[in-house]
Amino acid sequence: MSEKKEIDPKAALDEILSKYPPKVARKRAKQMVINEVGENEQVPQITANVRTVPGIITMRGCCYAGCKGVVLGPTRDIINITHGPIGCAYYSWLTRRNQTKPKSEEDDQFMTYAFSTDMEDSEIIFGGEKKLAQAIQEAYDIFQPKAISVFSTCPVGLIGDDIHQVCKSMKEKLGINVFGFSCEGYKGVSQSAGHHIANNQLFKHVIGNNEDKPEGKYKFNLLGEYNIGGDAFVIEELLERCGITLISTFSGNSTITSMEMAHHADLNGVMCHRSINYVAEMIEQKYGVPWIKTNFIGPESTSKSLRKIAQFFGDQELIDKVEQVIAEEMDKLIPVRDAIRERCLGKTAMLFVGGSRAHHYQELFNSIGMNTLAAGYEFAHRDDYEGRKVLPSIKVDADSRNIEELEVEPDPVLYNPRKSPEEMEKLAAAGVPFKEYQGMMPDMKNETLVIDDANEWETEKLIEIYKPDIYCAGIKEKYGIQKHGIPCKQLHSYDYGGPYAGYEGAINFFKEIDRLVNANIWRHVKAPWMKDTSPTLEATYNA
Amino acid sequence: MRKVAIYGKGGIGKSTTTQNTVAALAEMGKKVMVVGCDPKADSTRLLLGGLAQKTVLDTLREEGEDVELEDIRKEGYGGTWNVESGGPEPGVGCAGRGIITSINMLEQLGAYDEREALDYAFYDVLGDVVCGGFAMPIRDGKAQEIYIVCSGEMMAMYAANNICKGIVKFAEAGGVRLGGLICNSRNVDNEREMIEQLAKQLGTQMVHFVPRDNDVQRAEINRKTVIDWNAEAPQADEYRTLAKNIDGNEMFVVPKPLAIEELEKLLMDFGLFDK
Repeated sequence: MSEKKEIDPKAALDEILSKYPPKVARKRAKQMVINEVGENEQVPQITANVRTVPGIITMRGCCYAGCKGVVLGPTRDIINITHGPIGCAYYSWLTRRNQTKPKSEEDDQFMTYAFSTDMEDSEIIFGGEKKLAQAIQEAYDIFQPKAISVFSTCPVGLIGDDIHQVCKSMKEKLGINVFGFSCEGYKGVSQSAGHHIANNQLFKHVIGNNEDKPEGKYKFNLLGEYNIGGDAFVIEELLERCGITLISTFSGNSTITSMEMAHHADLNGVMCHRSINYVAEMIEQKYGVPWIKTNFIGPESTSKSLRKIAQFFGDQELIDKVEQVIAEEMDKLIPVRDAIRERCLGKTAMLFVGGSRAHHYQELFNSIGMNTLAAGYEFAHRDDYEGRKVLPSIKVDADSRNIEELEVEPDPVLYNPRKSPEEMEKLAAAGVPFKEYQGMMPDMKNETLVIDDANEWETEKLIEIYKPDIYCAGIKEKYGIQKHGIPCKQLHSYDYGGPYAGYEGAINFFKEIDRLVNANIWRHVKAPWMKDTSPTLEATYNA
Repeated sequence: MRKVAIYGKGGIGKSTTTQNTVAALAEMGKKVMVVGCDPKADSTRLLLGGLAQKTVLDTLREEGEDVELEDIRKEGYGGTWNVESGGPEPGVGCAGRGIITSINMLEQLGAYDEREALDYAFYDVLGDVVCGGFAMPIRDGKAQEIYIVCSGEMMAMYAANNICKGIVKFAEAGGVRLGGLICNSRNVDNEREMIEQLAKQLGTQMVHFVPRDNDVQRAEINRKTVIDWNAEAPQADEYRTLAKNIDGNEMFVVPKPLAIEELEKLLMDFGLFDK
């Protein structure tokens, strides 16, 4: 059981920092903050989105992972070709457990394939453009997809293959959409660069391609949802029951066809702010579709998001329907939650994951009475921690400038602001603020730790000092954590579980956390080289 | 076996000087292999009589893994072995990686083995050192001695000084040393004195001053080295002297590259001299 002795967060941070060389300690200190929420959600400043000090075993991934793995990975009817040596394609192949559900047997579904140009020595020396063109042709000949995209890995950037030129000529030749991403792994400081590059290319090459107006009364896009463990299925079902038409998701359970129509929606909901806010901004600038922050992780956030959408459309019928759905779902959820809450009350969690997840999942823990002691993101920027209000004061460094920033103009024909500025102001005052995300820190308690780009050393020290009941991270961290006797829940891939979104997902999550923190198998497991102190069961047999 | 790398500014005459010197060494009875490390693959033309050489990388690409030494080296003037590393067309791929692959391939195939009884292996390296690949011939265990071809022109001297900076780095890590400067004259004022002074300041020597002579061009038009084209030509003797000097060279140093100001002063002192 968790010991309830008071831990001084300042002393904890000092202890962690004490092992670093002075220069490293100075840099890390700015990325490790003791939370304190003041008036108007004012929180301390944290440094984020800066280079990791070489030698530190970071939790971060690479630019290619962010672009191909995260943003484009979950789209089923586009062929995603990784241009590079074979490892990059293989290790980014469905490892996030993105699920998808084609409408029929005939529908394209390419996610179960790993496509790669498999560059070898000879392509590195003589250039890989010919092999890339050949790969695109071959993929087309076999599958006749609607679209093909190409992802650059590190060596492609080094030898200077012009993938965009190859894509352009293959697009002309094949008559389908072919486009590329210059998302070489070394770009930027984390996978965040890859998200931005993915957003840019989706906006340039996909969004707006389809002029057919989809049917639906309340047309909505969900941005930054990636259907891990089936999350999107739960959300889709909820929206459908409410009567909200989901035009496109970026990109859980999505199709390239749906993305092409995204500009016909009347409202965008941004779930993972970090990975997709660029697309939301650009759609608004070009087509006049506003965006709000939504979140379908946690019952309260789900209810709040549904209510915000209903309020936006302002139709009493929709508002009533949403309330009805929320009531039905909460009826099912409350007894499960309350039973589990009794067993989990007062237990503690740490979350180091993503650019939104470390925030969103705190609510699920709160629901069952668990406290978050420390949380942080791998690749977030300051606005994800402190809220978008700090955007004007974020210093743009050379690493960020390296990533293209698209200049977007209103479309001369299609630009159509869905709400007037007055209407938007009114909605904002009524609790539907636009372009607004208040960040993770205002939702965290005072004296909790907020740590950006945490690493192996800090993880081990945090566990040693705080002894949390559960630690949420990814596959790289998982086994190290469990060797400390603490269960680890992966929030990138959900291990073998999910869905965790919506009400149904929340129930799954509560049960999973209950199982993990109360079964506690890891505490009883000793490494073979450690002295066996586990309890033994002794019995005698009397004949 | 001595492994020699020839560096210098692009267009300074590295390939011409190398082949003419190798011809002289061959004439002296030395067994020499020339490895062209330029993607253009034009480092062995004079020794092979203009024969189009199939490069190591082309062979590797076409034959796959099954490559024999005889597929990639060709016998030329005076029993010399000639190899062209080859590489991509300008503007694509990675020429540096090509050099690395091709030198590794030569080693794998035993081109440097004792049974080959080589006295010399010459690496004729593209232009300036621009990336890791082009420094491959002077990495640990490869070429031990370097000669820099230069002239009294400012940019050639800048390049020579720059190459020395590269050599210092590899000299610290491995055994590579600078054997000297070869002045391939461009008829610049005070050229000999200036290069001698540059060599002195770098801590090395000028191995030979090769005067400008159109016989070199005449021989080249005939796809021959000067010795091969006209063994009696005075220029042939110049290359014989250069070969002899290299063969007898015992001065191998870690160079001391000049600061830009020093280099500019040198040019001022000599270049602006009144004749």
